[in-house]
Amino acid sequence: MHPDPLTASPAAPVPAPAPAAGAPLAIQVEGLRKSFRIPTNRVDSLKERVVHPFSGRDFRDLRALRGVSFEIRQGEFFGIVGRNGSGKSTLLKLLASIYRADAGTIRIAGRLAPFIELGVGFNVDLTARENVVLNGVMMGLTPREMRRRQDAIIEFAELEEFADLKLKNYSSGMLVRLAFAVMMEADADVLLIDEVLAVGDAAFQQKCADAFHQMKAEGKTIVLVTHEMATVEDYCHRAMLIADGEIQHLGDPGEIGREYLRLNFEGGGEEERPSEGEEVRLVEAHLEGADGRPTANVEHGEEIRLRLELEVKRDLPGVDVGFLVANADGLGVFNFGIPVGEREEARELRAGQRVVVTAALDNRLAAGRYFVHCGINRAYEGGIALYVPNAIDFVVFGGPQTRGVVYPELKIDAAIEGGR
Amino acid sequence: MSAQTSTPAPLREVRGPSALGGGSRRFFDLLWLMSVTEFKRVYFGTVLGYVWSLVRPLALFGVLLFVFTKVFKIGSETAEHYPVLLLTGIVMFTFFQESTTAGVTSVVAQEGVVRKTQFPRLVIPLATVVTGAFNFGLNLVVVLGFVLAFGVAPAWTWLLFPFVVAVLFVFTSAVSMMLSVLYVRFRDVAIIWMVFAQALFYATPVLYPVEAFENETYEHLLMINPLAVIFEQARVWVLEPNAPTAVEAAGGWLGLLPAAAIFAAVLALGALTFSRQAPRIAEDL
Repeated sequence: MHPDPLTASPAAPVPAPAPAAGAPLAIQVEGLRKSFRIPTNRVDSLKERVVHPFSGRDFRDLRALRGVSFEIRQGEFFGIVGRNGSGKSTLLKLLASIYRADAGTIRIAGRLAPFIELGVGFNVDLTARENVVLNGVMMGLTPREMRRRQDAIIEFAELEEFADLKLKNYSSGMLVRLAFAVMMEADADVLLIDEVLAVGDAAFQQKCADAFHQMKAEGKTIVLVTHEMATVEDYCHRAMLIADGEIQHLGDPGEIGREYLRLNFEGGGEEERPSEGEEVRLVEAHLEGADGRPTANVEHGEEIRLRLELEVKRDLPGVDVGFLVANADGLGVFNFGIPVGEREEARELRAGQRVVVTAALDNRLAAGRYFVHCGINRAYEGGIALYVPNAIDFVVFGGPQTRGVVYPELKIDAAIEGGR
Repeated sequence: MSAQTSTPAPLREVRGPSALGGGSRRFFDLLWLMSVTEFKRVYFGTVLGYVWSLVRPLALFGVLLFVFTKVFKIGSETAEHYPVLLLTGIVMFTFFQESTTAGVTSVVAQEGVVRKTQFPRLVIPLATVVTGAFNFGLNLVVVLGFVLAFGVAPAWTWLLFPFVVAVLFVFTSAVSMMLSVLYVRFRDVAIIWMVFAQALFYATPVLYPVEAFENETYEHLLMINPLAVIFEQARVWVLEPNAPTAVEAAGGWLGLLPAAAIFAAVLALGALTFSRQAPRIAEDL
């Protein structure tokens, strides 16, 4: 029996106990709706507006949130997950009062510290110190209070040497560290965090994780928006899955994690896979086991053997067959490809011919679900003859526990020297 | 500390971003802080920062003084204290022009902050005007030196000058508010405003005193411009008590009605467009 990689939980810190059901509410959202008007023909100058007063008045409504209601209790660590475009970032911006809702109400208890799109909003022409104070005041603290705290913030961000440097000279990693430190030290009651935990080097990540645990222990309310299911399962008491602007699921993080993977997995299947183009048709694509039979499970460390068969429908000067292996979060892990029948003097591929591509590669992938997207590009003329998303999906099991996407073959040594 | 021992904060409804909102204390804290940091950045960020901001109006003053006293001679013959009149006018108009020009792009320039943080949006255009006002205040000290050096006698009416400045400040703020949100949607506003502000410079009695027209109709027409009214009154109160007051130049109190109407309209329009657009700025950026 293989262990089921989807239910195997990573080595997780023991979560703080969830607040009791009777705890007071920190966030209450009722019937929240938000749409964006996307102009079909954007008019962005006054001149155009005057010359063509009636053009650009057509809008397409993008309904980002279609009636969302939920409650978060004080002291809860709450995860919001969803695919790109599901409406989760819109929800966060509504909670943070950056957008205004079309309908519905949001009630929040206490002061809020947002951390959105990897930042808290800095003015890059000002120094770190100035930005820290400005940001704190924006979050509702007094300038005096922030001047008192600015040293602690800069120390947390490990930026003491650069405190009086303008932020435009900062690296992106330094900016994120500063932003994270401001949010942490702002002493807010509710924290809103969007995609943050991939910040900085390993040491700083550990520091962030410690700070998270501390805040959790202090009973702060934290709302975390992420793609990273492991984070949700590690930290969150409850989680919510959003798809197409609606709540799909709300409950146990593990359950939400499985739902999310299922949604990702089925996402491509909802539309017909366009396995047939004008020039080529995908006959089949699968992984082969050691016995040469199709399989969908590969153990970590075993060889991945991939087979793809194409039928040529029209004479072609040649094609490039490319593969992209992506994980369940849609992150591309690696890609590879091969040119087929490219020769200048003749049309090398004839209608009716078949192309078989086989590949064998070391499986260094971490346990989880993976997808192979397949693209057939025309040689010379360029352009895509056929693109098949999720042409193959497979599961990797076994292997060492890792927080990453891959676990390389490695030699690692430690030696204790000196002393007795 | 645990959630059980701390007193739970009550739930409060949040209604999204707005022009004001979030308490007056935070508003003024933020306005002051943003203005001061911006002022420090622009005027003390570089070695010659403040010097440059003074050199610009002074250089303009030098050139114009030469042209209008040696070449055209309109100023020297009509106005009693033409050089200081010219300098005061330039410094006042510089405040208006620089603040509004900075105001146009202010909201867009703060895009990163607007898209990530909730705070009263009105702070942004106002902070550019306050920053301009700091600079204006420093320049006025220099102007005072010139005023005394040119032998203008101090008068009790100098005490009325802050009133002139206040009116100019309000007008400049309203224009900045309106332009800053328009610029979010229409990027040619910046160019249009540059041309318009230049035209306004000539439609304000800075280079010439009002009576230089020697034509009452033109004087009346000039007083349709609210800035002309403000500038003329500053001249009477500070430099030349015998010069025609705004009321006289406009041909009576009724003549000031158009200027007052325009002033009120700009104020209303500024407040209205800004408060209407403020909740949507982050989406439109």
